[in-house]
Amino acid sequence: MRRTQKDVEDSARTITRRGLLMGGAMTAMVAALGARMRYLQIDQAEEFRLLAEENRVSVELIPPGRGLIQDRNGKLIAGNEQNYRVVITREDAGDVDRVMHRLAGLIPMTVEEMDATLADVKKNAAHIEVVVKDRLSWEEFSKVAINAPALPGVIPEVGLSRIYPRGYDFAHVVGYVGAVSQKDLDEQDDPDPILRLPKFQIGKIGTERWMENTLRGRAGTRRVEKNAFGRVMRELDRQEGTSGGDIRLTIDADLQNFAQARLGEESAAVVVMDVRNGDLLCCASAPSFNPNLFVRGISHTDYANLTGNDHRPLANKAVSGAYPPGSTFKMVTALAALEAGSIDLGYKVRCPGYLEYGGRRFHCHSRGGHGTLSLTQSLQKSCDVYYYDIAQKVGIDKMAEMGRKLGLGVRHDLPMSAITDGIMPDRAWKKGRYDQDWRIGDTINASIGQGYVLASPMQLAVMTARIASGRAVEPRLVRMIDGKEVPIPEAPPLGLEERHLAAMRQGMWDVVNSQGGTARTNRIVDPTMVLAGKTGTSQVRNISAAERARGVIRNDQLPWNRRDHALYVGYAPYDNPRYAVSVIVEHGSGGSTAAAPIARDVILAALTGGRPPLAAYPKDQHGRIESMLKDLKLRDPETGAITTTDQA
Amino acid sequence: MAFYENRLKHVPTGIRKVLYLNWQVIVLVTAVASVGILMLWSVAGGNFDLWARRQAQVFAAGMVLMFMVAMVPAWFWRSMAGIAYLTSFVLLIIVDLYGVIGMGAQRWIDIGPLRLQPSEMMKFSLVLMLAAYYDWLDIRKVSRPFWVLVPVFLTCAPTVLVLMQPNLGTSLMLLMAGAAVMFAAGVSYWYFAVVIAGVVGTVVAIFQSRGTDWQLLHDYQFRRIDTFLDPTADPLGAGYNIIQAKIALGSGGWSGKGFMQGTQSRLNYLPEKQTDFIFSTLAEEFGFVGAFSLLILYALIIGFCLISALQNRDRFSSLLIIGVAANFFFYIAVNLSMVMGMAPVVGVPLPLMSYGGSAMLVILAGFGLMQSAHVHRPR
Repeated sequence: MRRTQKDVEDSARTITRRGLLMGGAMTAMVAALGARMRYLQIDQAEEFRLLAEENRVSVELIPPGRGLIQDRNGKLIAGNEQNYRVVITREDAGDVDRVMHRLAGLIPMTVEEMDATLADVKKNAAHIEVVVKDRLSWEEFSKVAINAPALPGVIPEVGLSRIYPRGYDFAHVVGYVGAVSQKDLDEQDDPDPILRLPKFQIGKIGTERWMENTLRGRAGTRRVEKNAFGRVMRELDRQEGTSGGDIRLTIDADLQNFAQARLGEESAAVVVMDVRNGDLLCCASAPSFNPNLFVRGISHTDYANLTGNDHRPLANKAVSGAYPPGSTFKMVTALAALEAGSIDLGYKVRCPGYLEYGGRRFHCHSRGGHGTLSLTQSLQKSCDVYYYDIAQKVGIDKMAEMGRKLGLGVRHDLPMSAITDGIMPDRAWKKGRYDQDWRIGDTINASIGQGYVLASPMQLAVMTARIASGRAVEPRLVRMIDGKEVPIPEAPPLGLEERHLAAMRQGMWDVVNSQGGTARTNRIVDPTMVLAGKTGTSQVRNISAAERARGVIRNDQLPWNRRDHALYVGYAPYDNPRYAVSVIVEHGSGGSTAAAPIARDVILAALTGGRPPLAAYPKDQHGRIESMLKDLKLRDPETGAITTTDQA
Repeated sequence: MAFYENRLKHVPTGIRKVLYLNWQVIVLVTAVASVGILMLWSVAGGNFDLWARRQAQVFAAGMVLMFMVAMVPAWFWRSMAGIAYLTSFVLLIIVDLYGVIGMGAQRWIDIGPLRLQPSEMMKFSLVLMLAAYYDWLDIRKVSRPFWVLVPVFLTCAPTVLVLMQPNLGTSLMLLMAGAAVMFAAGVSYWYFAVVIAGVVGTVVAIFQSRGTDWQLLHDYQFRRIDTFLDPTADPLGAGYNIIQAKIALGSGGWSGKGFMQGTQSRLNYLPEKQTDFIFSTLAEEFGFVGAFSLLILYALIIGFCLISALQNRDRFSSLLIIGVAANFFFYIAVNLSMVMGMAPVVGVPLPLMSYGGSAMLVILAGFGLMQSAHVHRPR
C-alpha cells in the first residue's frame, strides 16, 4: 500500500517526538549514573580507599627466636634447633602424584603419610604450602635440595623448633614448650597476638612457662600485599623483632646428670643447694621423661606409659612432692624447745622404747629403748621418745613457728611448676582445715615429722642450709638473665642462738661420723669434705594394733607402695658448710640404707665438681662403690641414650 | 515499500557507500572497544594473551561484519526480518529443550567452532521484526488493541523462552528493547502507563510469593535481590561481588590508581573482573575522570544514533536505529547500575568492554544494521 504524504509526515513527527522523549529519559539516566559515580568516587573515595587498603595489606608477625636456657656454666639445656622440613605446593608441582612418588624415593615416607599429604594437597588451594615431612636429617634434606630441579613445587625449608639436648635431666626443672591452647589464651587478659600464630609454641610447665615473658621475646612485623586468595604477593616493609632473653640457671648440668643417673629407676628426688647464696645446684627427680616428645606432640601410647607408671615420671618430686619428713624434722622440734627455753642443752630423757600418753602408746623405733640420752645422742640415734617428751614441753605452735623460720610450710618462689607449700601444722591450721581442736597426740606425731607435717625435698634442703649457715637463705634457680647476673640479696640471720645451732650441727655430725650414728656407714672420710646429716624414715601407712600384735612386718616384705619413705638431709663440709643436700626415696624403706648413700655420692660430686673420688669413702666400701660408680647409667647429653661410665 | 516513495536515486551505490557511513559512531565504538582491550590487558596483570588478544581479534572480525551488514541495503534487512525472527525463535526453543534434556542451564548451541547464543541473536531479530511490523502497519492503527497485542506477543514469546533458560538479564533486555520500539512507533502512552502499573503490581506479587509454593523466582534470584538491598549482610558470600566492585570504584577516587595499578583487580578481589565487572577496574585505575569519560563516550554513541534516527525519513530505518540504540543503552544502564550497586546483579555485560566474543559480534552486527539504515536513508 502506498502511504500518503500526510502519513509520512505524521510518522516522522511521532518518531521525532518520541525519540526526543527517549533521548531525554536516557540523558536523565546518564546523569543519574554520573551522579552515582561522583558519589562513590569523590564523596566516598577516602572510605573506599581505606577498605581497598585493608583488603590488600595485611600485617604478619615474625616469630622471635626463643631465649636459650643454660646451666650455671653456660651448657645448653634448652635451645633452638634448625628444623629441616619439606613442603609442597600444588600450583608449582603440576603432577602432584608423580612429584610425590619421586620424593618418596628420597626421604623415608610411609604409604599412609603419602596418602595423607596427597589428600591435604588436593584439599587446599593451589598455592598453599603443605608440609610433606618434618624434622628431616641433614642428609635427607640435602638430598631433596640437590634434586630440586626434578621436584617442581617442592621447597626444602628451615625453621626453628625447641630442643632439649639434656632432655631427661632437666625435664622437671625446665619443662617444655607446646602449642598454644585456648586455655593458655584465656589465662591472659591481653594475649600477645603472636600466640595466635599457627604452630607457635609457649612454655607449658617449668622454667619454660614461668620465665615465658623473658624467653619469648618480641615479635617483629612485616606488611605484605595479599591477593584475594590470601597469597602473599610482595613484602612492603619489615620491622625486626627482638629475640627472647637467655637464661642461665643455677643448676650444674653435670651434677644434675650425675644425680639423675644416681637416682636411677627409683621413685626419688635429690636437691643440692649452696648454703651461702641459695643456688640450687641440682634438682633431680626420678624417673624422668623426654620433654622433646611433648614438643613434637606426644603419642597416645607414650603418654599413657607416662601417666600409667606408678613411679609417676611426670611429677617433679623435688618441689611438688610433699612427704612426711620423719626424723629429718627432729632438728626443728629440738630448736623450738631450746629457743623457747623449754629445755636446755643438757636436757636428758630416758627412753624405755615407748611413751604412754592418754592410754595410747607411742613407740620409739628402737623397741627395747635407748636408755638415757642427751640432746646430741637423741639425734645421733634418732630416738623418738626424746622428741615426744620435749614436744609436749614446747607445744605445737612454737614448733610450727620454728619450722616456718627454717623454711618448712612456706612457699619458696622459684620458676618451676606445681611447687608445694608443704604443711607446717599448728592449732589454728587444724581448726581451719578440719574444724577440730589440736590434741597432744598430734604434737607427739609432729615432733618426729609424722602426722600432719609435710615438706618437699626442696624445703628440707632449705631447712638444712639454714641450720648449717644460721641465715635465712632463700633458694634460687636463675643465675643470669640475658647475660646479667641476678643479684643475690644478703640472707638475714635467723636470730637463733649460735650454741643451739651448734648443738644441732654436732648432733648431725654424730649421726654420720660417730660410733652408733644411724648413718655412719655413709660417712665421708676425706677431712676436707666431712658430711653431717640426719636420716629419716617416714611411714606411709598406719600400723594397726592387730598388726602390731602379730609383730610388725619387715618393710622389705611389704608391697613396694606400702613401704616407708626413705629420707636424708645433710651438709658438707662440716666445718665450713658449702652445700646442703636432701634426698627422698619413695618407699625406699630406710633413710640410712636408701637415701643416705645417694646424698653422700651427690654431695661429693658437687664438692669435687666431677665424679666422687673413691678416696673420700671408707676403705671397706671401695670395692662396692667402685662397681656402683662404674655401673652408673649416665645419659648421653647429646642423644639421651643411656651409657655406662666405661663407654663414656 | 516505503522506500519507493522516496527518491532513491540519491542513495549512494557501490564503494561510495563507505563515505556515507556514520563515521562518528564508528570512531566512538572503536574508541570504547580499544579502552576495553586495554582494560582486559590490565586485569590480566599485564598478560596480553590471556584475554586482550582474543578480544582484539573478535573486535576486528566484528568490524568486518559491521561493514558487511552496513553495505547491504536496509530494505533487504527489512525483508529478512520475518526469517531472522523465526530462525531465532526456533533456535531458542531448541536450546530450551536441550537444557531440559541435558540438565541445568544451557544458553548456546555449538556449531563447529562457533558458539551460537540464540538469545543474543533474538535481540536484534526482535528489533528488526518490530521495525518491519510498524513500517508495514497503517499508522492510524498503531494504538488499536489488536495491533498492540501483536508486537506484545512478538516480544513476550521469546522473552519467556529466554527466562526459562533461565537468563533474567537477557530477557529483561528483550522486553525493554521491544517496548522501546513500540514507544517510538507511537503506541499510546496509556498502554505504557497500564504496563508500568502492572509491573509494579507484579513486583509486589513476586515478593509476596516468596517462600510459598507458587514462588515466581528462583531462590538464587531472590538472594540476589536481598544482596542488592543490603550487600553488607553477606560480605563473603553473595554480597561479595557488589561490595568489592564498590570498593574498587570508590578507591579509584578522582584520578585513579594508574594503569595496571588497580589493587582490587590485580589482586583478584574483584570477581568476574574481565566480564561483567570490567567497569570497576577502569574506574579503579582511571578514577572518576576515566569512568565519567567512558560514560560520555557511550552517551555520544547513543546521541549520534538518535540524531541519525530522527533525521531518517524512512519509518523502518528510524525505528531500527532507535531499537539498536535503545538496546545498547539498556545494556550500559543495567550494567553500570549493577556495578555501582544501584541494581541487582543480573549478569549483563558492558557492551564493547566486557570480555566475550558472542556479545561483541552481536553488538557490532547491530551497529551494522544501524549503519545500513543510515547509509541507505532516503534523501
